[in-house]
Amino acid sequence: MEERSIDMEVKNIRIPNMKYEDFNDNEYLEQYVDELQRNGVNVVLGRLSDFINWGRSNSVWPLTFATSCCGIEFMCVAAARTDFARFGWEVTRNSPRQADVIFVCGTIVHKMAPVLTRLYEQMAEPKYVIAVGSCAIGGGPFKSSYHVLKGVNEIIPVDVYVPGCPPRPDAILYGMMQLARKIKVQNFFKLPDQPDITEHPKDDAPHKTK
Amino acid sequence: METLETKLATFEYAVTERNGNTLTVTVPSEHVYDMATWLCNSEGFDFLVDIVGMDYGDMLGVIYYLSQTKQPQYIAVLKTATADRENPELLSLHDLWDAASIYEREVYDFFGIVFINHPDMRRIFLRADWNGFPLRKDYDPNPELNPIPVRNQLLSQMEDVPSVTLSMGQEVESTHKLFEKDEYIVNFGPQHPAMHGVLHLRVSLDGEDIRKIDPNFGYIHRGIEKICESYTYPQILHLSDRLDYLSGTMNRHAVCLCCERALGIEAPPRAQYVRTIFDELTRIASHLLGWGCMCMDMGSITAFVYGMRDREKVLDIFEETAGGRMMVNHNVIGGLASDIHPNFQRRVKEFIPYMRKMLKEHHLLFTGNPIARGRMENIGFLAKDKAISLGVTGPSGRASGWHNDIRKIEPYAAYNKVDFEEVIRTGGETFDRYIIRLDEIEQSLRIIEQLIDNIPEGAFAEKTKAVIRLPEGDYFQCVENARGQFGVHITSRGDKNPYRVKFRSPCLTLVGALKDIASGLKVADLIMIGASLDYVIPCIDR
Repeated sequence: MEERSIDMEVKNIRIPNMKYEDFNDNEYLEQYVDELQRNGVNVVLGRLSDFINWGRSNSVWPLTFATSCCGIEFMCVAAARTDFARFGWEVTRNSPRQADVIFVCGTIVHKMAPVLTRLYEQMAEPKYVIAVGSCAIGGGPFKSSYHVLKGVNEIIPVDVYVPGCPPRPDAILYGMMQLARKIKVQNFFKLPDQPDITEHPKDDAPHKTK
Repeated sequence: METLETKLATFEYAVTERNGNTLTVTVPSEHVYDMATWLCNSEGFDFLVDIVGMDYGDMLGVIYYLSQTKQPQYIAVLKTATADRENPELLSLHDLWDAASIYEREVYDFFGIVFINHPDMRRIFLRADWNGFPLRKDYDPNPELNPIPVRNQLLSQMEDVPSVTLSMGQEVESTHKLFEKDEYIVNFGPQHPAMHGVLHLRVSLDGEDIRKIDPNFGYIHRGIEKICESYTYPQILHLSDRLDYLSGTMNRHAVCLCCERALGIEAPPRAQYVRTIFDELTRIASHLLGWGCMCMDMGSITAFVYGMRDREKVLDIFEETAGGRMMVNHNVIGGLASDIHPNFQRRVKEFIPYMRKMLKEHHLLFTGNPIARGRMENIGFLAKDKAISLGVTGPSGRASGWHNDIRKIEPYAAYNKVDFEEVIRTGGETFDRYIIRLDEIEQSLRIIEQLIDNIPEGAFAEKTKAVIRLPEGDYFQCVENARGQFGVHITSRGDKNPYRVKFRSPCLTLVGALKDIASGLKVADLIMIGASLDYVIPCIDR
């Protein structure tokens, strides 16, 4: 039987008749479960992280945030035809403190950049970013402008990119499903470090994400 | 027009040129105020359509587009220029037309022309710490001069209002604070669900009553006008769609018409009919969304879902013919990009009775609701003369009793071949602006109904050269989009790129009117007034 481990961090626990290494060796658990199932007890063995992620990926709350055209297609995703309530994403939050994901719908310009950074900072972790449309991905048709960011990943990290100008609601749904997949394979107890963004650095140096 | 021309001949300093219904008057910069006062007060040019800033290379100039409410087909173009590039100054016209105050701030932001006696010479779109004036031809686009900012604009930069006044022949520069020290100020936006985009309103409150409103724009300023100068004419069309994305087809129509008139070609009748049908379908889609969002702002999510449901039907029709849902990309210079789909007529004819039925449902669902009526009636009054002075066009202006529909004033495409009513209400309240949109949907259906069976056979596009070069000159074209008069100004110097492109955004004046409508009302009414004006922020910021 292959070695499996429960992903909870267990440290410095002392039990007299059990070795510390055994906490990460789950063979005996599998044997227990086999024995119980043979005797007709309904037991399922799984990772707690998977269970939490199953819940998380089916209840992602987006922030109501849109700057331009893609926002209208985002509204179409919320409306009756495509209806993202089927995926549990319908609870759009007006406060970033209650939101899990920010859909960057539309162009981000210089004046908006600090505002978007602040919104991202205000969101509680774990948090995700979906760049919707060519403007958020790379500046889109306004790439040559003096006032437009060449992609939102210049200021905040992006998890999923949805191309299109604007993307169809189906494409946005597909992007959402990709994010749901990403959430499902994450280890909830060992989430990757979020990049450190300082909103008010001492000097006026341009943004750098670590 | 002839009488005006003869009267203008008595002004020694004015150079007059007439082209059809358009009269161009060029005056030296020191006489522009006198000429504007005379045109406004004596000749009845009471509607300032637009102010276009210009960089002629050696001179910096301004073009004023003026119109009359009595004979709206006549346009007076007042041109002036100053040779001083270091400290360009002109007298402000904000006391003649209220709309000038917001347009002049825009010209200052892009060209650095200071308007003397203007009470508020802050930048409008760009931040106060922006280096340079981007639409000048000698602007340095080096990104190191203007890096991506890391922090928000300081409050002092937002509140310190510089102005230059002229007293006793001396220029006096002064700065005053926008708000008193102990005023209670609430920020609406830029990220606010009821702001219909990234508009930032700073509202000074006295309890629940609004004292002052200071709109801050520029959170989606993409510099489209500057980009246009490096694009070819067919490329510009794609940017015009993305200004007011809810009336993208109409905006594109305006640019196409402007280029076609300059080139001296006309789209074939088939294209004109299809363009008109597309425009009206877009108007229906836009009004449905506007209605849905307005109801949602009042707390009725169901209405929003209903509005979007019906809008999808329109988008399906677009998609079948043009391939795009929202950005239809169907108009090109000279006609259409492709012929209509064989199903087009059938699907439109199925849509008309469906929409009529649903319109009844919408009224049943929401219009009669006593809570909604309570929040819309006797609130947000805009008088007709104020609407004209502020340049509030479109359904919002017509709700105040102003006949300003370009489709009636100067019919383009197939609008002179159809019988429809310009919906006018005289109340000027939030409720009038609400109901007028639903009434306009009915009129749009009427227009489509008359055209759909009579689309003429033939070519769908006029042949144009591979590289389109507009003859030298200034061109201006207005169309009626879902929010008002959308204008395109193109200055060409005979190249394949335009020398200057300016879009007249109907939404800019709508937000400009906000402080006049909402002052003294409750803060909850501000949401409803904003929703009833139905502005689209990317159209303002460009």
